Amino acid sequence: MSTQARSVHKNSVTSYIFAVFFLLLGWEILARILNSPALPEPLPALIQFIRIFPQGLWEHFLVSTYRVVLSLFLGIAFAVPLGLYIGREEKVDRFLAPHVYLLYPIPKIALLPVIFIIFKIGDTSKIFLITLIIFFQILVTTRDAAKKVPPASIISVLSLGASRWEIYRNVIIPACLPEIFTAVRISLGTAISVLFFAESFATIKGLGYFIFETWSRISYTEMFAGILALSLLGFFLFLLIDFLQRLLCPWLYV
Amino acid sequence: MLTLNKVSLTYKNGKNAVPALEDINLNIVKGKSYAVIGPSGCGKTSLLYLMAGLIQPTAGEIRLAGKGPGKPQQKTAIILQEYGLLPWKTVWENAALGLKFRNVVGEEAQKILYPIFEELELTECLRRYPSQLSGGQKQRVALARALALRPELLLMDEPLSALDALTRENLQELILKLWRKHQITLILVTHSIEEAVYLGQEIVILSPRPGKIRAVVTNPGMGSKGYRHNQLFHQKCSEIRSILEENGQSEHTSQVCS
Ligand SMILES: Nc1ncnc2c1ncn2[C@@H]1O[C@H](COP(=O)(O)OP(=O)(O)O)[C@@H](O)[C@H]1O
Ligand SMILES: [Mg+2]
Repeated sequence: MSTQARSVHKNSVTSYIFAVFFLLLGWEILARILNSPALPEPLPALIQFIRIFPQGLWEHFLVSTYRVVLSLFLGIAFAVPLGLYIGREEKVDRFLAPHVYLLYPIPKIALLPVIFIIFKIGDTSKIFLITLIIFFQILVTTRDAAKKVPPASIISVLSLGASRWEIYRNVIIPACLPEIFTAVRISLGTAISVLFFAESFATIKGLGYFIFETWSRISYTEMFAGILALSLLGFFLFLLIDFLQRLLCPWLYV
Repeated sequence: MLTLNKVSLTYKNGKNAVPALEDINLNIVKGKSYAVIGPSGCGKTSLLYLMAGLIQPTAGEIRLAGKGPGKPQQKTAIILQEYGLLPWKTVWENAALGLKFRNVVGEEAQKILYPIFEELELTECLRRYPSQLSGGQKQRVALARALALRPELLLMDEPLSALDALTRENLQELILKLWRKHQITLILVTHSIEEAVYLGQEIVILSPRPGKIRAVVTNPGMGSKGYRHNQLFHQKCSEIRSILEENGQSEHTSQVCS
């Protein structure tokens, strides 16, 4: 917990600037070595990004943001309470664990056609697919975190007369929060990958669609502007998660 | 105040049965202080949990001032080994936790807590988290949390064992002072002979696991001025040690008393 906190601390503005600089440098070098139109140099791609973002890319950006954020929210809303509960109730866990272990490794992304058929091709099917996948990631992590809450903390509040709900509220939830945040960070990466895949067909909105569409037109700088937008989406959501963790876990940052 | 009648406790670990305590008979008198001493693993913590109503005995009965056995009693406060503070709560929140569970919040809680913080010299660090405190400060927060409940019976599990010598002596003085001032019945578990003799009017000596009461030694000099440097103090330490060492059970305590 403390190493995580410290590493978040060190992510100051200067180190971000350095990181951006080195990434751009690496990109530039790679683009020159490969010398392929599919990997444009950073400057033309950035210029293209700034040019087309206000012209319509922003709309794809917003649609994708909406899909990812809503999926993350739904995934957390279902997985965290259930994970906390089965992590603390041995009987429920003994019954549910085999189900979870059988379902977890199924590549749910392969269910995409089924989901499209059931939920039609609108937003619902995409959001359902992303939610389904990250649900299991967050569920398993949360359950394991809830299992290893120190018994001493629970005895401590029990001795003060805590009720069942007060034990959850004052011990189990805060004890699991740092690991839940880690799970959400990992799920964010997964969510964006799944989003990209789910947006690659049967839609005309979203960054996944935009990237595939520009690719088919062989407009590589535009395509790269789309990739940049998708990366920025991930970056902003990462910052948002960090911010929320600071807000909800202040004890990690002292 | 508290009576233990033929109390035994056996933990069940799957197929294994671990007998932790056997045939414990004790009569705790209101307002007195007791030290419980014994080798580690002999069941001292279990004994405190039983007294606090956190676990139930497998045999025998425990009565608290007339009331039957049951839930953690409102008159009892327990300070756990390693302090039992929650790392995600500030000093203030930790200390106010017991009151919160009794629906005492806001100004009412402040009125109770501020004098206690004052007394325990904690007012400077109310907004800090446990990770920002020294061992002695953590122990005082645990004390504050217990005292806020205005307990008649205070149970402490090895409260000072993780502290350096000077802090330990200061806190021993503090515990003595609080015990006198608040007229609490005190039961303190320790594996230090000196501490038992310094803080216990009655010293309950347990045998190695399964813990049985080997002796209850009266310690009339306890609390007298300069007791720590008195000849009687050292005699009492030797007496306790020789009882503990019967059957060669000395590893855990021999280094403690000079
Ligand atoms: N929850 C438990 N389940 C099984 N055995 C336990 C449990 N708690 C304690 N014990 C065992 O009971 C014995 C007494 O433990 P404890 O009361 O903690 O001793 P002490 O505080 O004197 O060191 C030890 O041998 C310990 O391993
Ligand atoms: Mg113990």
